Amino acid sequence: MSNRTEVEVRLNVNGRDYRVRVEPRRTLADTLRDNCGLTGTHLGCEHGVCGACTILADGEPVRACLMFAVQCEGMELRTVEGLADGDRLHPLQQAFWENHGLQCGFCTPGFLMLATGYLEQRPEPDEEELKEMLSSNLCRCTGYQNILKAVKQAAAEMRG
Amino acid sequence: MNYIGSSVLRIEDRPLLTGEGRFAADLSLPDQLQMRVVRSSVAHGRLVEIDTSDALALDGVEAVWTHQDVQDIPPIDFRMAWVDGLEPFRQPILAAGITRYVGEPLAVVLAEDPYLAEDAAELVYVEYEDLQPVVDPYQPEPGEAVETTLVEKGYGDLEEAFEGAAEIVEMELRVGRHTGVPMETRGAQAWYDPLRSVVEMFGAAKVPHHNRAAIASMLGLPLGSVLLREGHVGGGFGIRGELYPEDVLVCLAALRLGRPIRWIEDRKEHLLAANHSRDQVHRIRAAVDRDGWIRGVDDECWVDQGAYLRTHQVTVTELTTSLLPGPYVWPAYRSRAHVMLSNKTPCGTYRAPGRFETTFVRERLIDLISDRLEMDSVGVRRRNLIPADQMPFHREIEALGTEVTYDSGDYHLLLDRTLEFLDYEDLTAALARRRSEGEVVGLGMGFFVEKSGLGPFDGVRVTVDEAGEVVVTTGVASVGQGVETVLAQVCADTLGVEAESVRVRHGQTDEIAYGMGAFASRVTVMSGSATLLAAGQVRERALETASGMLEAAPQDLTIDRGRVFVQGSPDGPSVMLGEVAARLRPGQAEGTPGLTAEGWFEVDHMTYPYGIHCAVVRVDPESGEVTVERFVVAYEIGRAVNPKLVEGQIAGGAAQGIGGALLEDFAYDESGQPLTSSFMDYLMPTVVEVPEVEVLLCEDAPSPLNPLGVKGAGEGGITAAGAAIANAVADALGGSEEVSCLPLSPERVRRIARSLPRP
Repeated sequence: MSNRTEVEVRLNVNGRDYRVRVEPRRTLADTLRDNCGLTGTHLGCEHGVCGACTILADGEPVRACLMFAVQCEGMELRTVEGLADGDRLHPLQQAFWENHGLQCGFCTPGFLMLATGYLEQRPEPDEEELKEMLSSNLCRCTGYQNILKAVKQAAAEMRG
Repeated sequence: MNYIGSSVLRIEDRPLLTGEGRFAADLSLPDQLQMRVVRSSVAHGRLVEIDTSDALALDGVEAVWTHQDVQDIPPIDFRMAWVDGLEPFRQPILAAGITRYVGEPLAVVLAEDPYLAEDAAELVYVEYEDLQPVVDPYQPEPGEAVETTLVEKGYGDLEEAFEGAAEIVEMELRVGRHTGVPMETRGAQAWYDPLRSVVEMFGAAKVPHHNRAAIASMLGLPLGSVLLREGHVGGGFGIRGELYPEDVLVCLAALRLGRPIRWIEDRKEHLLAANHSRDQVHRIRAAVDRDGWIRGVDDECWVDQGAYLRTHQVTVTELTTSLLPGPYVWPAYRSRAHVMLSNKTPCGTYRAPGRFETTFVRERLIDLISDRLEMDSVGVRRRNLIPADQMPFHREIEALGTEVTYDSGDYHLLLDRTLEFLDYEDLTAALARRRSEGEVVGLGMGFFVEKSGLGPFDGVRVTVDEAGEVVVTTGVASVGQGVETVLAQVCADTLGVEAESVRVRHGQTDEIAYGMGAFASRVTVMSGSATLLAAGQVRERALETASGMLEAAPQDLTIDRGRVFVQGSPDGPSVMLGEVAARLRPGQAEGTPGLTAEGWFEVDHMTYPYGIHCAVVRVDPESGEVTVERFVVAYEIGRAVNPKLVEGQIAGGAAQGIGGALLEDFAYDESGQPLTSSFMDYLMPTVVEVPEVEVLLCEDAPSPLNPLGVKGAGEGGITAAGAAIANAVADALGGSEEVSCLPLSPERVRRIARSLPRP
């Protein structure tokens, strides 16, 4: 591997700095998972369709499979590992649990981060807006309705 | 507290919500090598040469193997076998001389890093000599297609049924190729542990005990030298957890190279290489009387298995031919199924295998019969349903080695309850009104009988330790369906503890000697019953032991939240279960040490849940788009351990069914090149395409075959989705017979709509 170029990248994830050496072609998702040990960000398709790898970059939901780690220096990244406050679940996590919004749980981190980013910017969405937003991620277990219910419940709680 | 029957929140959710899940790709070991599979780019070809030299020359590439390197390993054997002599059609772990589908493993690269392994895989040069591919192995001219076997099932006097018929109704129907497509792709990691002399594989699912035996046998190792571990599993649906070439290759490489080997599939590989399913053509004929009574049905079908017979052998065809009659009497019946090979991805099971397809075929036929006789389709269904007083109903057919005997049911009652739930008269009147206003809307129904609880056994060990912690250990697996919560509920009620305090361990082959696994909607039926038996024995032992401690007769004692006391005296003397366990240390008490027991539940016959799907659709005749406005599932579950989880299973199944009915289709061009190898082309439903699934959960016909009275919940959400939606589309389009092919993609629906006379 000696002939492969690696560069040093500093990533800020969930408020913590990580200094990693990666090839420029290494995706953000792989870097988070393999170099930072944050395996809560899942890869479902690696071509930007399923949304399982959705994280927040400077508050915006992004597909971590479509970004390179080297693009993310200086950004504030947030992943599912940073969502709960210690033992206290984030309102979205709590609402997914209470509404049976997950079965296998593989797509869950992506949905949680997608909805977190969305609700932080638009705290009072109507149902059609929520559906439009949630249609950017795929779930194969739940049939989506419990996810929709969970996000509605969490939105109300996050508004306080 | 009564946990059974209560919608308690799942006990397994927390790590999945916080990012602490441990899926197949989440484990990383020091010094590991990454495996990358070189796959065939042609559908059918002779392998003239595979040149690995450039790949091997890359720094960091440890090994590249082709068939020559693994020719001592036998092909992957059948997990379920129903027909003798089909061994020649099994798949080798790396193609031997000829490749038979795009995506077939030809070679593997083992390298230090996954990116490097992918680079190296691209440097493996394969020279093919093209052979003629078979893409559509159906009638009337099968051409060069190989028919592996003919599966034939039937009963009654078909000749007489057709001779005396007032009308003969014929139809040709086709169900496209689609499959489970779990959100997590496959993955496996294997390493050799010299301390215990075992090769261990993480990433097992569905049937770990079976796969352990199969891997041990293929590698020539004693059973005890292979250990399989299940982590979190990102969806099952039939496809995940079957034994595939890659699982064997990682174990082999770990043994030969002495380093951990990790293989994580990408999505394109998944869509090309993991089991496809469905893909059937049926020609069906019914002999009917003027009053709608169906005298007999004759079916001939072609099942496209793809390039090899994998672990399921002809299981889907077995289920197709034996369960096609569904809920109807049908005094005479025959199905002849041609199991065909083609140069496409091999097929296996997908949620409701054989039932999704045959329910579509049967229920479209019922609607066509109704149209021909100018009768209401509900009336035709009612006329032909098996009456409740004929339960248990013997079909005189065998499926999966056991007689098809519907154990309990009142089909007419469920039909009545469904019509009431729908407000049927009002609904049909409203749809008629909308049609008169120019809307293209329709209502469709599909009645089905599911099967569940396939035996022959499963076992559970319940243990209470001295701290009072309860552990349920089972040989079944979790694919995300809620196994832990359901078994904890059964254990908690039986033993007298809180469900939240019960830990459930599953899918680890070194923790329990036997396990059948998670498929065929069997876990709650089989392991639920085994948990009941094991926890009952632990309770008995606890009461006996506590009897001496509390100086009261065992039958006067009870257990609540882990505390044993005299019934009616909750404030009197008591002992905790942990204290009872401490009295059972070796040498301190007679009998087996510890507060523990195993329960083994055995059963010869399956239990048959049943249900009705109803769909209301709106069709845009210009674009061909079908919108599902309402989707109702009425389902007889016998007894629901956790109604919310049952509804979750049904809603999820219905969503997949809507996908199979309208969107999902593995298309191939004439040279056998797949046209759907990414999520850009293989379309799955999003939240926009799936309406709120309305569930009418009924507990009117408990199963007499198990102590809980339960029937399986895993598959009934999907079974009649294709049927109900197709019938609804046909209804919207004026009863068109052209609605005979799934999926009802926009181009297909548009073509049908344009062929109809304009109103």
